[in-house]
Amino acid sequence: MGSKKYPHADYQKEPVSRREFIKQGVAVAAMSAAAGYLMLAPENYPLSLRDVTGLRSQPKEKPFQLPDFRVPKEAGVFDIGIGRKGSIGVKLRKALDAIGGITRYIKPGDVVLIKPNVAFDRPPMLGATTNPEIIEELIRLLLVEGRAREVRVADNPIESPVDCFAKSGIRLATERAGGKVYLPDSNAFEILYTPGATLIERWPFFKRPFQNVNKVIGVAPVKDHNLCYASMGIKNWYGLLGGRRNQFHQNIHEIVSDLSIMIKPTLTILDGTRILMKNGPTGGDPSDVKPADVIMAGVDPVAMDAWAFENLLERKEKLPEYLYKAEQKGSGKIDFRGRIKEVV
Amino acid sequence: MSLSRPVTLQEKTRKFLRLTQVRVFSQVVFFGLFLFSVWATWTSRLEGYPVSRLLEMDPLVAVSTALSTGYIYRYLGWALGIIVLTFLFGRVFCNWICPFGTLHQFVNYLFNIQPNSKRIEQNRYHPAQYFKYAILVVFLIMAALGALQIGLLDPIVMMYRGFATFVSSAWNMLISAITPLFARVRIEASWSDTLKFSPGVAHRVFVGSFWIGLWFLLFVALNLWKPRFFCRFVCPLGAFLGVLARYSLFRINRDVTKCTDCNLCLTRCEGAADPQSMVRKSECFSCMNCIDDCPEDALQFTMMGLDRKQVVEAPDISRRRLVFAGITGLLAFPLLRNNGTATDENFSPHMIRPPGSVAEPEFLKKCIKCDQCINMCPTNVLQPATLKEGGFETLWTPVMNFNIGHCQLNCTLCSEVCPTGAIRKITVAEKLGKGEYTQKGPIVLGTAFINTTRCLPWANQIPCVVCEEVCPVSPKAIQTIDEEVKDVFGKRVILNKPFIVPDLCIGCGICQHECPVQDDPAVYVTAIGESRSKSRRLLLHFRSSTSN
Repeated sequence: MGSKKYPHADYQKEPVSRREFIKQGVAVAAMSAAAGYLMLAPENYPLSLRDVTGLRSQPKEKPFQLPDFRVPKEAGVFDIGIGRKGSIGVKLRKALDAIGGITRYIKPGDVVLIKPNVAFDRPPMLGATTNPEIIEELIRLLLVEGRAREVRVADNPIESPVDCFAKSGIRLATERAGGKVYLPDSNAFEILYTPGATLIERWPFFKRPFQNVNKVIGVAPVKDHNLCYASMGIKNWYGLLGGRRNQFHQNIHEIVSDLSIMIKPTLTILDGTRILMKNGPTGGDPSDVKPADVIMAGVDPVAMDAWAFENLLERKEKLPEYLYKAEQKGSGKIDFRGRIKEVV
Repeated sequence: MSLSRPVTLQEKTRKFLRLTQVRVFSQVVFFGLFLFSVWATWTSRLEGYPVSRLLEMDPLVAVSTALSTGYIYRYLGWALGIIVLTFLFGRVFCNWICPFGTLHQFVNYLFNIQPNSKRIEQNRYHPAQYFKYAILVVFLIMAALGALQIGLLDPIVMMYRGFATFVSSAWNMLISAITPLFARVRIEASWSDTLKFSPGVAHRVFVGSFWIGLWFLLFVALNLWKPRFFCRFVCPLGAFLGVLARYSLFRINRDVTKCTDCNLCLTRCEGAADPQSMVRKSECFSCMNCIDDCPEDALQFTMMGLDRKQVVEAPDISRRRLVFAGITGLLAFPLLRNNGTATDENFSPHMIRPPGSVAEPEFLKKCIKCDQCINMCPTNVLQPATLKEGGFETLWTPVMNFNIGHCQLNCTLCSEVCPTGAIRKITVAEKLGKGEYTQKGPIVLGTAFINTTRCLPWANQIPCVVCEEVCPVSPKAIQTIDEEVKDVFGKRVILNKPFIVPDLCIGCGICQHECPVQDDPAVYVTAIGESRSKSRRLLLHFRSSTSN
């Protein structure tokens, strides 16, 4: 071979080494295999060339569902308890005792989420947000008497979350009592699937604080609202929604009744210590607020809202339409007669 | 090794305790303080830290605002410290304190890798270094006439502005893009919570931060062409300190009997100050590198035994250039102001200033565009102005953009951090017109209006009134006319048609921010009626106060 003459003196043939030959061979085989995969792979395989519509590469929503947080009913236990007179802690305890005590609802080791209303950057005295004293007393009760493992407090306010939690006094109250505040950020939301809901069957939901939670308690102030007449226990859950929630005012009663089936809380607590009688839901002046002496705790938010509407907001007109809709959707019964125990 | 003489104690300590090492320590400390002050400028972290101290120490801020207003505001007297320091040791600020200088030096250290021979050439004095003195003269004359523009090029201001609107928002964006990946690995990913690592609302955006970022990065990138390009040729603060530095007690002194003219002192001369011949006092940053690099120990930083001949005292700027710069400054002021975008006759409806802002002409004498207020704002409503609002003169000053956020009722944080009093310090009571301010009424930022051709109840017979609901004042500045009508599909609907009560509106913009008609909101706030200006009033009198 070496003796063979080439036509040109500068031309010299490069021999292929065995190693080089194998390397190239493997490379060609790998590329052919890859090309074959891309061509033949069915549409739902990664990197398949068959995404002809462009729809397959759309981001996929993976909706999750919330469990039912309610505790089974027991015969002889009232649905709603009302506590009056005494300090906030005493009133809260009276209300809870009337429905069987906190230990009926919270078992040792539970992870409890409290949802107060922290929607605005307002001091507590203006009645636009939940009274922080109730949050503090409730967390103490849950941790000490209920022997809960962890208590979290979360809301997605309309204004800056850090400021709202600070100025409403909820952050300080939570931390003093040993709870943990969860603030919303861009990655805290996921799509929630609520079967039966008209407007929010699939909707971004403040998911992060719900990891491993098995009991949920809503703590809502009772306040005036121009469009849906009153914002109370059910409307409170609005604060867990993300996305373009400002569109919901186009059908406010439907959305509030949807909220009543979106989440089945263990307990609802209505804060009737300062009632925002007008200029709601933001308030803004102490003269809008009427001091009152009521804390309600219960398992039927529909009945609770109905009672608070008539007795705390002192409205004589027809109940808000959303309560009838919520009743239709099976979230509770408006007729509260005989299901309330009041402790003075 | 066996032939070497015993090492003296002096040589030992010189190895470990050189002035250059002390300098690096100082730079690290001040850069750290700068980062901390940017980080701490946030609602949940602002615990009385003097976050603006670096700006308040900046003599150029003090002098130019003193020229424009005739006063030295609040803590700007701290600048005296730097001035005294400069009279003692020369431009030590530039290489011992200034975070922008530190950034430039660090970028050079990392990326500008050249052989020594090339560096020696790069670090020779360049006649164009006079340029920064010309910039200083232009800016100071403009300031004296009433247009404060030093913030465009002041290094401390650039650093704050760059970090507030470009670096920290880029950081926020990266963090919120990365955290879902962590969450995928560990479900209980509370440690990767975006709120911990990045301040602010979920997505903070700053209109025009691209240009701020580019302006900032441009000067950083120019280091690759000429070491410390900004400091040597552009920096007006450096120029100001250079003028003072000619009187400094300490300076670099060359012992000509020891010097062998090897030029090695130029290998790392930060200021390009000619230590190898006649040291230029005004250009020297006192970085002490030349002392390190001199193989003959011919250089010293001292006030003793100075050689009178081996020094150039004054900045190298000819009288003709000085006069030329002065004329430029005189022309620049009317050129800017005559534009007519910052006047009372033709002010932009978008020129809505933060609460506590002083009247516009005074504002332009005080605002240095450091954008600290913008960094502080918890709702992201404060934005650096683009050319749209008030032309070039107001570029990068704070304006409110209610499509992005709203002015939170009980918040006065922007007024807390403003170093120059463009936003004067106010209390929540003063902002809301409560307590002793009841008679004066709340601070009005602008007035809301309703575009009835886009408003859902007015134009489309669809219920809405989010604006009415969120209106924070009591009684509400947005009220409704309730009307039951038949819509186009024959269904009966109750419409609450909103209308504005301008007497009550404080221009906070939450209605605009929450309006579902997002791109061009059906309810919007314009600057008319702002209480900082009498000539921009809307109402003859407030009806509520006259009825009392």
